[in-house]
Amino acid sequence: MSQCSTPAYLAPMPARRPFKRLIAAALLPALLSGCDLVVMNPMGDVAIQQRNLVIFALALMLLIVIPVIALVALFAWRYRASNTDARYEPDWDHSTQLELVIWSAPLLIVIALGAVTWTGTHLLDPYRPLERLDATRPVAAGTKPLQVQVVALDWKWLFIYPEYGIATVNELAAPVDRPIQFRLTSSSVMNAFYVPTLAGMIYAMPSMETNLHAVINKPGNYAGFSANYSGAGFSGMRFRFHGLDDAGFAAWVAQNRKAPLPLSRANYLKLEKPTEKVPVIRFGRVQPGLFDAVVNQCVRPGTTCMSDMMRRDVGDSAAMTHMPGMGMPQRPRPQSPLTTSDAGAAPPAKPADIRQRGPAAPDQSRTPHQKPL
Amino acid sequence: MASPMTVSPFAVSPLFGRFTLESLPLHEPIVVATFVAVALGGAALLAALTKFKLWGYLWKEWFTSVDHKKIGIMYMILGIVMLLRGFSDAIMMRLQQAIAFGGSEGYLNAHHYDQVFTAHGVIMIFFVAMPIVTGLMNYVVPLQIGARDVSFPFLNNFSFWMTASGAVLVMMSLFVGEFAQTGWLAMPPLSGIAASPGVGVDYYIWALQIAGVGTLLSGVNLIATIVKMRAPGMSMMKMPIFCWTSLCTNILIVAAFPVLTAVLALLSLDRYAGTAFFTNTLGGNPMMYVNLIWIWGHPEVYILILPMFGVFSEVTSTFSGKRLFGYTSMVYATLVITILAYLVWLHHFFTMGSGASVNSFFGITTMIISIPTGAKIFNWLFTMYRGRVRFELPMMWTVAFMITFTLGGMTGVLLAVPPADFVLHNSLFLVAHFHNVIIGGVLFGAFAAINYWWPKAFGFKLETTWGKRSFWLWVSGFYFAFVPLYVLGLMGVTRRLRTFDDPSLQIWFIIAGFGAFLIALGIAAMLVQFYVSIRDREQLRDVTGDPWNGRTLEWATSSPPPDYNFAFTPVVHDGDAWADMKARGYQRPISGYRPIHMPSNTGTGVILAALSVAFGTGMIWYVWWLAVVSIVGILAVAIGHTFNYKRDFYIPVEDVTRHEDARTTALMGAVA
Repeated sequence: MSQCSTPAYLAPMPARRPFKRLIAAALLPALLSGCDLVVMNPMGDVAIQQRNLVIFALALMLLIVIPVIALVALFAWRYRASNTDARYEPDWDHSTQLELVIWSAPLLIVIALGAVTWTGTHLLDPYRPLERLDATRPVAAGTKPLQVQVVALDWKWLFIYPEYGIATVNELAAPVDRPIQFRLTSSSVMNAFYVPTLAGMIYAMPSMETNLHAVINKPGNYAGFSANYSGAGFSGMRFRFHGLDDAGFAAWVAQNRKAPLPLSRANYLKLEKPTEKVPVIRFGRVQPGLFDAVVNQCVRPGTTCMSDMMRRDVGDSAAMTHMPGMGMPQRPRPQSPLTTSDAGAAPPAKPADIRQRGPAAPDQSRTPHQKPL
Repeated sequence: MASPMTVSPFAVSPLFGRFTLESLPLHEPIVVATFVAVALGGAALLAALTKFKLWGYLWKEWFTSVDHKKIGIMYMILGIVMLLRGFSDAIMMRLQQAIAFGGSEGYLNAHHYDQVFTAHGVIMIFFVAMPIVTGLMNYVVPLQIGARDVSFPFLNNFSFWMTASGAVLVMMSLFVGEFAQTGWLAMPPLSGIAASPGVGVDYYIWALQIAGVGTLLSGVNLIATIVKMRAPGMSMMKMPIFCWTSLCTNILIVAAFPVLTAVLALLSLDRYAGTAFFTNTLGGNPMMYVNLIWIWGHPEVYILILPMFGVFSEVTSTFSGKRLFGYTSMVYATLVITILAYLVWLHHFFTMGSGASVNSFFGITTMIISIPTGAKIFNWLFTMYRGRVRFELPMMWTVAFMITFTLGGMTGVLLAVPPADFVLHNSLFLVAHFHNVIIGGVLFGAFAAINYWWPKAFGFKLETTWGKRSFWLWVSGFYFAFVPLYVLGLMGVTRRLRTFDDPSLQIWFIIAGFGAFLIALGIAAMLVQFYVSIRDREQLRDVTGDPWNGRTLEWATSSPPPDYNFAFTPVVHDGDAWADMKARGYQRPISGYRPIHMPSNTGTGVILAALSVAFGTGMIWYVWWLAVVSIVGILAVAIGHTFNYKRDFYIPVEDVTRHEDARTTALMGAVA
């Protein structure tokens, strides 16, 4: 992490963009004295493209910012009260040509920046599957990205690898040059998942799932952390991210598989309790469907999954008359795969059912486990 | 932190609610020492007020006053006092972050540190910047439009005291209980009852709700004043630019603050009544809170900066001895900013999973705001062009603003590019950006305004030696404090961290701490400047009422202005009304005075605000009887006030004559 060297991005600077050099020159003293500006010097293709956009946008704006600051200094000096040689025109307060210039100059900059923003935002959308490994290599057809499910806990990170049936706490690893697809959520409060060298951040939020696609291009041991304040233990919510070659990653997986501890629902519930500065924990096996249960807030036995609750909310009124509390004979309902209790859940709604919910149907979606309002 | 299903661990007693002796932070030596200092200082102040028999004077002449000038000054004092508190928080954070390296926990535990950064943000925005902005508008707007007071003078007094009540609650939380540990916007689920069961978030909610009543009513008041009370001849397009920016600010206040009130009301329902608006489960949606709070929060930053844009316009024009360049485009730029302020809120959370098209839309609308803002910078620039620029203190602050704010604006537009924001969101780069625009814009503007209008308010100029010391300390301190944060942001360091692992970061935090120390000296120099100026007021005296060769109507009357502002309502023919009057050889009328109709003082505002503090305290501590009694009291006093028919009086013609004759004599003395 602490590489105090000349940043790599200074070398391959294309000559046709002299303004980039200008920026680099302006940043250089800081770079050399202050070690690793990781945001300016990342190792993953997504973060590299984001950094390029930062530099481009700054350069574009400096086209107008530098002249403005220079003019402020110039006018302040030239028109100082003691300089009676300068022209003084106390009633000069309008010039249509000048007005055109001062409105259109920022407008042109914003048009250019807006165009870059539109394309850049779409190309670097964290939900968009990767199309390239770096500037020169596209992702080969049929490549399967590495799946990582991320759960932000109080106050540590849980990483589940469904493909390998393993999980780790506060340690993330990925093979170099293989696309990674993150699915993220959180157990109780909002956090943001951020590995600056890999890609921009994305929030991990309870009851919600976000996605991030990224790739790491150079092996290394990098810092990752929560970028959104989440309570008392937030400062210690850090992890290491290892970019490994294929053999190294295989060894890492094998090592984790040997871990005796399984990530069962019960163990997850223990893990979920607030703890600070947790050392790395490895789980050799993972109960299937755990991540979805976390997203739907139903890991704890006896809780109804939110997905089921939502299905019931849009469920047809005919089904509802058979809900508990309607005084109707009850019938067994199919068990949702995500429901861990015997509370039962209505079958998934068919699209046609949604229309059938009318004002006549009272809200019967409440389950016995739900706290009355 | 509690797990989501935990209920509040506090036992609730019928008499004291959830207050117990353990609620007093006696285990925090820093807080206890602060309390002792504040208590001693407060006791000394109270003793002095009693000894010099000032209570009656303060009550009659200030606390119950409905004079917009006195209320404006009280707002400014509130803002400056709270600046000292908010800045103490800043110094504590800088110190913690400068030393908490290599396994050191620093000197603040998480419970304390998390309150400090939350309180810093809340205080600086709501109880420093807002009172200063409102105070300036209150003082200056009626004078600039040639009015004798605002439209609703009692409401004005009430608004001030409600704002002060909010500040009282925030200060109370320092010594009784705790403040929120959530960050300044109290985002759920962290601010929900499950994650934050203590009184901290409740202090936050009720302080802002009570202060919010004041802010909203003051917004209504100033809109009505600007729209209805302009002097004859002053069409909208002949208004001073500060009145335009004030009008737009108050429109923003009236349209945005109800959103804040509503979203905090929903959060309180979640916390008090067990509803599920923003909970993780039961269909609650925390994203709704994020959206709503930023729908208020983004206009809020324009509420703070727009009046300062007005200040810089007045100052640049006055000290360049020139009409403002591009008045019309300045007005339209302000209006465009006002409208666009509502179309950019989502740029505060590009990283929360919105789609690319949504992010692009909000990114581009944000960039568009830079066009009118850029036009404004150019307009100030070309106001200086072919002028005769006098570098008095207000103009020095303005030039420092133009350079600093341009840089802050640039990093702001950078953050508006979503892919760039993905790597800089929540980083110290972002922290540096918004301090760059708020200190470089709002605070520099406030200091320009204080130096500019002080002689109007008190009849003597501010001393310049200490003023210049303060200026250089502040400006250099700002760059020392925040350039390191830009660098740290690029090193991938994010905000609100209490401890650090990477030792290579420490040097930057030490430099930032040094910057904060320079700013502390700048604040001290400013207080010395006030003291020295008051001490030497006779040497600094201005009898003309127009010490800067001003251009707008406030400089047409005496300094300080009489209670009635203008003996005769001025008639306006041109944009820079006072410059125009001077150019046409205006002769001040010296006879023919008439009695002047004025509003009466009332203590109702103070009483209602005091009851509101009691109500807030009752709600925060679950002392339900106190809440019920005080809300009934508030209603009774408010209804009772409607039966108060002694609301106005006439200043007798003799008093007007006496005052105006004294001014005639003073002016002749100044000429001779």
